[in-house]
Amino acid sequence: MARLNVNPTRMELSSLKKKLASAQRGHKLLKDKRDELMRQFMNLIRENKQLRTEVEQGIAEANKYMAVAGSVMQREVLETALMLPKQEVELEVSEKNVMSVYIPVFSPKYRTGDTDDIYSYGTAFTSVDLDGAINALSEIFPKMIRLAEIEKSCQLMADEIEKTRRRVNALEHIMIPDYQETIRYITMKLSENERSTTTSLMKVKDMVLKQSHNFT
Amino acid sequence: MSDLYKTAVIGDSASVSGFASLGLSVFCETDADKITKLISRLAENGFGVIYITEPAAALVSDTIKKYRSRKLPSIVLIPAIEGNTGDGMRGVHEAVEKAVGSDILS
Repeated sequence: MARLNVNPTRMELSSLKKKLASAQRGHKLLKDKRDELMRQFMNLIRENKQLRTEVEQGIAEANKYMAVAGSVMQREVLETALMLPKQEVELEVSEKNVMSVYIPVFSPKYRTGDTDDIYSYGTAFTSVDLDGAINALSEIFPKMIRLAEIEKSCQLMADEIEKTRRRVNALEHIMIPDYQETIRYITMKLSENERSTTTSLMKVKDMVLKQSHNFT
Repeated sequence: MSDLYKTAVIGDSASVSGFASLGLSVFCETDADKITKLISRLAENGFGVIYITEPAAALVSDTIKKYRSRKLPSIVLIPAIEGNTGDGMRGVHEAVEKAVGSDILS
């Protein structure tokens, strides 16, 4: 460990002791933060993984229908059918504070009251598979919103955990040992100075006594 | 803070056109430069969530990484019509690896 480059004085000593105390306190707090973040992260990431599996399956299902619809219908007809959507969705975004990580919370707002009112075309000229595709997508959509929210949360929390872990390690392995080393160095230097003062005083006393009383 | 944000879907037309009927804004792009520009334009113009198909995302992975540490927009990979490439799940595993140090989900 490297000793800090400071003058061995009492003032430095007391300020270093204060710094050490706050570093130790900060270390403890950050360690707690890291542990709690990690716990929450593990819960979230499990949900994330499961949700992603479900969403991917749902979309794959919808894509199957879509592929069939695309093959039995003309492309122009398909595009026209989907050209003017009835439904419009907007997301209300609020934020939640998890251990000082601000994660977004999405709640969808639909333009029409009926969330099943999604078919923007008459059924006469379109394939039934298109209905299937859109139905499958609308079923999976609430999960997709939740996935977006949770995936973002996981990314933000992973960043924060990494940052916190670095801070904890820096405090634990570098700053605190450095302070301790420097404090020990100053204490030793100061007591060494004290001893040297005492011995020189004794020496002077001897000399003075010798001069005034001719002691040997 | 509570504002209304929009939702976008980016990808090839066969994979994403179905989302239009759900009320999402659909953008059919398959060119890397155009997608990069599109993403930054959407991010600045009130889009909270951007779904992008895995093949399209693979073209612009740097741009997507850039938005990872921002609060919004949330960019989510979805499988395209050709099938699942596993890129989306890889993102989840990357997050675990970043946080824990090794991938403990398996």
